[in-house]
Amino acid sequence: MKWFTKKSTDDAPGFWKAYLETFREPLPEFAHQTTYVAFDTETTGFDFNQDRILALGAVKILDNQIRLDDTLEIYTTQDHFNPDTVPIHGILHNPRHQTISELEMLKQFLDYIGNAPLIAHHANFDIGMINQALKRHGLPPLKNKVVDTMKFYRRGLITSNLVDKQRSYSLDEVAEKLNVPLKDRHTAAGDAFITALIFMKLWRRWEKKKSLKTKTLIRVQ
Amino acid sequence: MRNTISLRIADFLKSYPPFHLLEQEELKSIAEEITVQYNYKGEHLFKQEDPCKPYFYLIQQGAVEIYQNENGKEITLDQCDEGDLFGLRPLFAGKHYSISAKTLEESIFYLIPIQAFKPITVNNPKVSEYLLSSLASNTHTPYYTESPSRGNLDLTSDIHELQTVHYNKKLISCSKDTTIKDLAGLMNLHSVGSVVILEDGKPTGIVTDKDIRVKVASGNWDIQMPVKEIMNSPVICYPASLTASQAHLAMMKHRISHICITEDGTPNSNALGIVAEHDLIVSQGNNPYFLMKALLRAKKTKDLKKIRRNITALLEQYIKSNIPMTHISRVMFELNDATIKKCIALSIKKMNTPPPCKFAWMSLGSQGRKEQLLLTDQDNAIVFEDQDEASYPDIHTYFMELAKNVNKRLLKIGFDYCPADMMAGNPKWCLSLSQWKEQFSDWVKSPIDDHILLCQVFFDYDISYGELNLVNALADHIFKVTSDLPIFKANLARSALLNPSPMGFFRQFLLETNGEYKDFFDLKKRALIPITDAARVLILEHQVKNINNTFERYEKLAELEPQNRELYLSASYATKVLLKFRTRQGLMHGDSGRFIDLKSLSKEEKVKLKRCFNTIGDLQDLIKLRYKLVNLI
Repeated sequence: MKWFTKKSTDDAPGFWKAYLETFREPLPEFAHQTTYVAFDTETTGFDFNQDRILALGAVKILDNQIRLDDTLEIYTTQDHFNPDTVPIHGILHNPRHQTISELEMLKQFLDYIGNAPLIAHHANFDIGMINQALKRHGLPPLKNKVVDTMKFYRRGLITSNLVDKQRSYSLDEVAEKLNVPLKDRHTAAGDAFITALIFMKLWRRWEKKKSLKTKTLIRVQ
Repeated sequence: MRNTISLRIADFLKSYPPFHLLEQEELKSIAEEITVQYNYKGEHLFKQEDPCKPYFYLIQQGAVEIYQNENGKEITLDQCDEGDLFGLRPLFAGKHYSISAKTLEESIFYLIPIQAFKPITVNNPKVSEYLLSSLASNTHTPYYTESPSRGNLDLTSDIHELQTVHYNKKLISCSKDTTIKDLAGLMNLHSVGSVVILEDGKPTGIVTDKDIRVKVASGNWDIQMPVKEIMNSPVICYPASLTASQAHLAMMKHRISHICITEDGTPNSNALGIVAEHDLIVSQGNNPYFLMKALLRAKKTKDLKKIRRNITALLEQYIKSNIPMTHISRVMFELNDATIKKCIALSIKKMNTPPPCKFAWMSLGSQGRKEQLLLTDQDNAIVFEDQDEASYPDIHTYFMELAKNVNKRLLKIGFDYCPADMMAGNPKWCLSLSQWKEQFSDWVKSPIDDHILLCQVFFDYDISYGELNLVNALADHIFKVTSDLPIFKANLARSALLNPSPMGFFRQFLLETNGEYKDFFDLKKRALIPITDAARVLILEHQVKNINNTFERYEKLAELEPQNRELYLSASYATKVLLKFRTRQGLMHGDSGRFIDLKSLSKEEKVKLKRCFNTIGDLQDLIKLRYKLVNLI
């Protein structure tokens, strides 16, 4: 397998450079002109060091729209496998989906996101998993701005002793409260789509004007 | 399995016409091209004369109003909701929209690209036929809807008369040899008041519940006899173009309560449906009596939502015709109450088993005070009978599930979730009687601000459903624990003064200084909350139960404290003025009416508002004095 490692190191700087290049361009001034990427990962478990990404789904949001002809849905080839989490996401060790290597996943993902602000529910986890994968290939962590829909949601709640500000809200809970239809839970693409809808709803509830600045929206959480 | 999302969307499409006519492969390829769009309430999707977009709309969630501008007036043509298509003009080579479309609530759309869809209409004449007829119904509906108009629709004119009748297309029918007994069974099964007797699809007779009453119940006919013995023949028939007023006249003329709609309007063509007098009257909409009847008959949340729009129109009419606020709030309370009761009943039906013990559903906040006019947030709670420890968890789970279901239904109708989560679906608001009592005792004993806020909510409650005894027992407990604690009352009084006075030092209005409503006046925070809180504190002193309405509280206070009679009467008046103000603002902007743009007020209105604020100031002074709060603050 020596040749494979060599090939990937040769390759890596290329797509990483292209990724960095996208950050030369500043984000558009207004929130509705900016493209955001909502994404979700399905993993073999919750340990950053041990566990791996099984599947990744991402959708783009621009001006309150999600285009279904431009989504990302990736299943990765696994060496590490944790049978405990199969009942949750239903992805088996030998899946029927066409799979690609972790490195290829990172390549496609970075190419897809560019400098777009990333949207995820419990974002620390998903970002952490991606960063670990990057690290395994000798690459630095993601540079994108991040909005966590869980924190965004919690911020909108009124202070009262019934609302525990420290409490964590699951994707199901938030989706139900915001009346987002829950389908395809526990597929990476389905969760990414739900997260995108949640983000759009929270955004418009919080600020309806078109003059909202991108900077302000990203800082909201 | 590459595109999970579009596969799901294909599934959704499949259940709505005309997509049900398509092959799975066609659906999939369209779904992959779809764009999903989210819009907030009250946004325009497109306006009349706008250039056509390269796609048409399917509503996945929400509702849209289609309207046309004619001589400066907005005329509602149609209201679309889940599964409906609109904006079809570009499919048929139109260059500009001939109508405008605006969201009535927050909505999610599937935008279907013309380019991807066009080949399908070419190959499938049924699909294009369907789309053409949808286009027609979007644009040429010959009636004006009496639903929430945000503009200058003249509600007093009798436009209703010209509407074509909405007839019931689900015709319940039988043959002339059916026995009377079976026919009565049919009526019960479908809960209808009439059955049409068909021969080759043509109506030959009709039997209504009146016939059963007069002819059968009286014993003149036996229930085993065939229906042809008692049916009325010939059937009075009209074509589908029948207008409401025509239908009324026909019923009066023939002294009948049902009209059959047939293809050519004679009994010699196929029957299409039936118009009942009841439906006709309900469709007139803006009459509380019939709205109530419709609420009681509703079978689905969707029905309730439609009735809701008529209730809003009624409210608008009331406000416009300057009907006294006392009357308005009573009627609105009854209608809201019936809506909530219906939701609970529907949810109970949906549960697999009946409630395991006695319980009560309490409405809190503005609905509890009978002041909820517009759709505002829902505040509610459940109390159930005490349980032994073993059965408690199951019973708690049951009521939690029920509560969540009811909360969701209310949300669908338009009552937003409470942002502070004061809802029965919150485990802390769904307790047994003794747990509630315990919770109150705790709150009262440690009167930090949060606890006072929570107690306040519970002084304004109303039972919406279930066992009155449970709620009364709880109320008695609250009065008992608070009456022994003067410090609690002082704290309650202090919190009533927490909200800042509406007027600045120079007697100008205090506007919001930041956030979305910067430079708006917050009518709720600065005027309605202080006047409501003051009434609650003052009435608590007299241990008056069962008067929860703010202006009625002031009227009662005027009676109890003759020395302050004048102040209380002006407070009662001020409450009504403020409520009316809020309602008018809310109707104008299609929101809760909380924030007011002062620029939109006339001089006279501003003076009126200021007068109300003076009363609030006087009330706050009275409270300060009575509870000796000067040194406390």
